[in-house]
Amino acid sequence: MNAISLSVTDSSTMLRRNLLRMRRYPSMTLLLIGLPVLFLLLFVYVFGGTLGAGLSGIAVGTDSRAEYLTYVTPAILLMAAASAAQGTAISVAMDRTEGIFARFRTMAISPSSVLTGHVLGSVIQSLLAMGTLLGVSVLLGFRPDTSPLGWLALLCLLSFTAFALTWLCVAFGLVSESVETASNLPMFLVILPFLSSGFVPVDSMPVGLAWFAEHQPFTPIIETVRGLFTGNVDTATALIAVGWCALIALVGYLWSRKLYRRDPTR
Amino acid sequence: MASPRPISIEITGLRKAFGDHTVLDGIDLTVAAGSVFALLGPNGAGKTTTVNILSTLISSDGGTARVAGHDIDRDATAVRAAIGVTGQFSAIDGLLTGAENLRLMADLHHLSRAEGRRQSAALLERFDLEDVARKPAMTYSGGMKRKLDLAMTLMGSPTVIFLDEPTSGLDPRSRRGLWDIVRGLVADGVTIMLTTQYLDEADQLADRIAVLDSGKIVAEGTPAELKRRVPGGTISLYLNDLDELEAAVRAFPDGVRDNDALTLSLSAGGDVPAIRAVLDRLERSAVTASHLEVTSPGLDDVFLALTGPDARKVAP
Repeated sequence: MNAISLSVTDSSTMLRRNLLRMRRYPSMTLLLIGLPVLFLLLFVYVFGGTLGAGLSGIAVGTDSRAEYLTYVTPAILLMAAASAAQGTAISVAMDRTEGIFARFRTMAISPSSVLTGHVLGSVIQSLLAMGTLLGVSVLLGFRPDTSPLGWLALLCLLSFTAFALTWLCVAFGLVSESVETASNLPMFLVILPFLSSGFVPVDSMPVGLAWFAEHQPFTPIIETVRGLFTGNVDTATALIAVGWCALIALVGYLWSRKLYRRDPTR
Repeated sequence: MASPRPISIEITGLRKAFGDHTVLDGIDLTVAAGSVFALLGPNGAGKTTTVNILSTLISSDGGTARVAGHDIDRDATAVRAAIGVTGQFSAIDGLLTGAENLRLMADLHHLSRAEGRRQSAALLERFDLEDVARKPAMTYSGGMKRKLDLAMTLMGSPTVIFLDEPTSGLDPRSRRGLWDIVRGLVADGVTIMLTTQYLDEADQLADRIAVLDSGKIVAEGTPAELKRRVPGGTISLYLNDLDELEAAVRAFPDGVRDNDALTLSLSAGGDVPAIRAVLDRLERSAVTASHLEVTSPGLDDVFLALTGPDARKVAP
């Protein structure tokens, strides 16, 4: 078997393992899917009326709530991707502490397949979570104005974002001494969407915070998702979004590879 | 052995240090194919490090090693294809069932579906795990986890198996069960290198034993050879009361007394003349011992004599 077909075979075996693990441990998947839905309900029905009115200048009520639903959906989608990635850090750390990583490393398998299996499984989980969230959002009255090509672009962008965040979280899982640390390290990824244009416009923030929000990776990604929903994408912003994803994915991948190769007995 | 067997593991001058701490200080070993080799030593002696290097998990700092005919540095993939490893911590997927864990191994060994299923079924039967095969492995007892771990190691029929403290934390019955499994594997022609802190385990299983202490091999040989290298045995006298113990101590001033157990232990050869001499002296001093126990030198004595800060120099 040559290196590529070995890698594909072993990666799909590992992916199957991770999908099986998700089925066996459904509470994690349910949490990853349920929590963003809860946040959506919270933001639309508790804060949404007032925030929507503030955003659009219309009176507080059903309309302003609907306004905010449209505004906040991209941000919660990204929160879902971030929390799914956080789940990867936990499952990678679990593998490490359970000793099964050591077993894989003494087997004649494609070395990259172990982590690739985790990443692919997590991206699938992440897309499931985002798909569910989008479905709930539509049920609540969200009406995206997206062309078929736009939907494809959206799928690609969200997959790429999930892919990037997951590689970063694989590194977090590998660098953590314990499962607890692995679950805490990626927490900032779930917090970051709050400090972006996802929940309120950046220009409503104090100067320093606005500068940070303007320049952190989640803002261009959220803006591009928002643009795809309204059928009005800013190309420069989209390129910055894709650039950020590529950078995060590369850093996460290289860091993970370095960590995976180091002495596994430490 | 009458006919020389081919060599399965060959180590020359193996060294490893973690920072300033030297863990392996030049190890030389040869393990014949189809035999059980035990690495015996206290905690921190370098047993696990040796296994980790031979199983390609970590790299050495110096020296060479060949496992199943392949160089561990230059041809790690070929080594991996030939070996099976069961480490100290159970390397099973707790969320998967026993059968699924085995299926995972079969897939990673690129066995066909039919062959994977055949080997899984055979291993589940061999390790008496059929009843729990469809239960998540995390619900297994410690002994069952060990068995599944070992079953996973055997998937793909490795020719060399490393077992790092395979019975630590197991109850006596599970330990014996595991010993039987190891004996069965050797009967099938598999080479086994195991590490252990339990002397009886090495005594029971190993064809040859290397005693490792502070990264060096301090003794190597068959269990019988090692036992012969430590002189003497112990004769223990059991007395009826403290007065008699006092009398016995006067008769044998060199003995080690135990006031609670009312015993006096004498270092003496366990052979008949030595026992007769002790009995004669008891008679002359009019001490009545309730009974007497002779302990021949065991691997315990070898272990204590050869390892640790009080290691005595024993003539080879």
